[in-house]
Amino acid sequence: MKKHLQNVGFWCVVALIVIVSVFPFYYAVITSFKTGTSLFEVDYFITSFDLANYAQVMENKKFLRSIFNSVLIAGATVGFAMFLAVTASYALARVHFRGRSLLLMSILAVSMFPQIAVLAGLFELIRFLGIYNTPWAMILSYTIFTLPFTVWVLTTFMRDLPIEIEEAAIIDGATPWNIITQVFLPLMWPALVTTGLLAFIGAWNEFLFALTFTASEEQRTVPVAIALLSGSTEFETPWGALMAASVIVTVPLIILVLIFQQKIVSGLTAGGVKG
Amino acid sequence: MARKSGAASGNSLSAQRKRAAFWFLVPMLSALIFVAAWPLLRTIYFSFTDTSLTSLYDGRWIGFDNYLSYRELSSGRVIWKGTLVDPAWWNAVWNTVRFTFISVAFETVLGLMVALVLHQNFKGRGWVRAAILIPWAIPTIVSARMWGWMLNDQFGIINDMLLSVGLIDRKIAWTATADTAMYAVLAVDIWKTTPFMALLCLAGLQMIPRDIYEAAKVDGVHPIKVFWKVTLPLIRPALMVAIIFRSLDALRIFDLVYVLTPNSQATKTMSVIARENLFDFDKFAYGSAQSTLLFALIAIFVSAYIWLGKVDLGGNADR
Repeated sequence: MKKHLQNVGFWCVVALIVIVSVFPFYYAVITSFKTGTSLFEVDYFITSFDLANYAQVMENKKFLRSIFNSVLIAGATVGFAMFLAVTASYALARVHFRGRSLLLMSILAVSMFPQIAVLAGLFELIRFLGIYNTPWAMILSYTIFTLPFTVWVLTTFMRDLPIEIEEAAIIDGATPWNIITQVFLPLMWPALVTTGLLAFIGAWNEFLFALTFTASEEQRTVPVAIALLSGSTEFETPWGALMAASVIVTVPLIILVLIFQQKIVSGLTAGGVKG
Repeated sequence: MARKSGAASGNSLSAQRKRAAFWFLVPMLSALIFVAAWPLLRTIYFSFTDTSLTSLYDGRWIGFDNYLSYRELSSGRVIWKGTLVDPAWWNAVWNTVRFTFISVAFETVLGLMVALVLHQNFKGRGWVRAAILIPWAIPTIVSARMWGWMLNDQFGIINDMLLSVGLIDRKIAWTATADTAMYAVLAVDIWKTTPFMALLCLAGLQMIPRDIYEAAKVDGVHPIKVFWKVTLPLIRPALMVAIIFRSLDALRIFDLVYVLTPNSQATKTMSVIARENLFDFDKFAYGSAQSTLLFALIAIFVSAYIWLGKVDLGGNADR
C-alpha cells in the first residue's frame, strides 16, 4: 500500500513537471488559432482552428525580412566563430605552453561579461566603422559571446580525443595544421554540430545588441521584431498575430533541440556555459 | 603526461608545435580584443568624461563626477551628485540583487528536484527530458510575450485559473502593479531556467557510482539521509559551477525585464537603467558609469566566489 502511494505521488510529480514545462507554449498555439472576440475568452483546449493569424504574419514583409536577418546574422556569426575556434582550441587543448590555463580562464571570463559593460564602447566602434543599422553590427558584436563559447566547448571536446591518434600522425611527419584538418576534424563532426547549434541558438535569441544597433524596421532581428510588435495604439496589442509569430520562430528551435537533445545535453554540461 | 614521443624526437618538434599554437591563437585573441577588451576600456573611459550620444568624440575628462561629486553652495549647504547618490540607481541595484538571489535559489532547489526525478528509471523518461528542454529552447523574448499574454489582467489565463480555485478574489494586473511585477519576472525566469539547472544537476548525479547507493541500501540508511550525506556532497562541485554561471547570468538580466514589465520601477535592473541612460535619456557618460559599476560588481562577485568557494572552473585544464 505504501509503495503504491509512493508510485502515485511520483507520477503526479512527473505529470506536474511536464505540464508546467509545456503549457505556456501550448497556450500560445491555442491562442494563435483564435481570431476576433474569441481571443478574449479563456479556453484550456483548442476551440477553433483559424489560420488567419498565420496568414497575416506571413504576409507581413517586415517580419519575413527580420527572419531573414536573423538567419543571416546567426549563421555568419557562428561560421566566423567556428573558423577561429577550431585552430585556437587545438592550441589550447593539445599544446603545452606557459599561461595556458590563465588564457582559458580569461576566455571564459569574456563569455561571462555583462553585455551592458561593452555596449557604449561597441556603439562607438560600430559608428566608427559605419556599420550601424546593418547586419554587420550584429555579426561583429555577437562574436563577443559566440567565440568564447565555441572555443571553450571545442577545447573540452578536443582534450578528450585519444593521444595515440595524434602521436601516430606526428610520427608520420604531420604538421599541426595537418593534424587538425585531416585527423581531428573528421572525428569532431558531432562536436562541431552541437557547438554550432548551441551558438546559433544563442545568436538567434540575442536581444540587447540587436535592439541597440538597429534603427529601422527592415534591419530588426526576430527577437526585436517580436518585442516591438504592437498594434496601432499601445492598448491594442495584436495578441493573435503575436502568438502566431512566436510559434513560427519557436517551432524550428524546438524541433532542432529535440532532434539533437542527447548531444545538446552533453554539449551544455561539457561547456558548463549557457548557450 | 604522455608527451613522450614528442620529447623523444627532440626540441625542434616541441618548438614547432608551440609556434603553430601561437599562430593558431593570434586570430582568435585579436578578435576578442577587438570586440570585448577594447569596447570595455572605452566604456570605462567614457564613464570619466561628459561625452554625449550625439557627439561621441567631444567628451571632456571630468574625473569621478559621473560617480560622485559635491558642490558647496554659498549658503554652506553641500549638494552631492552622481550615480552613487542616485536613488534610481540604488533601486536598480536592489532589484537586481533581489532578483538574482531569489531566482537562483529557486532554480537550484527546483532544478535539483527535477534532476532527482529524471535520475530515476521510469518509462517515458526520455519524453519528460524532452519536455523540460522546451522552456529552455524558447527565445527569452518570445517567452516574455507568451507569459505577458498569460498574465494579462483582463484576459489572462493565470487570473482565470486563480479565480476559479479561489486563490484570488479579483483580477490582478500582474505585470503592471508594482507589488507583483517582480513576482511575474521571477516566475518567468524560474520557468525558463530551471531546465538548465536540472540538466547540469543530472549530469552531476550520473557521475556518482551506483554501488554507493547499493551499499547504503544494504546498510538500511534512510533515503533522505542518503541524499544529505552522500548525494549532495558528491554533486556539490557541479552544483557550485552551475550556481555561479546562473548568478552571473541573473546579475546582467535585461531582455525579460525590458519586455515583460516595461518602465516599471519595481523591476528595473542595473542593465535596464544603464541602457536607458545611455540611449534613451542622452546621458551617455552617466550610463557608461553605471555599466562600469555593474562590471565591477560582477568582477568582485566572481573573485569572491572563486576565492571563497575554491571553485575549479577550469576543470582539469592543467592535465
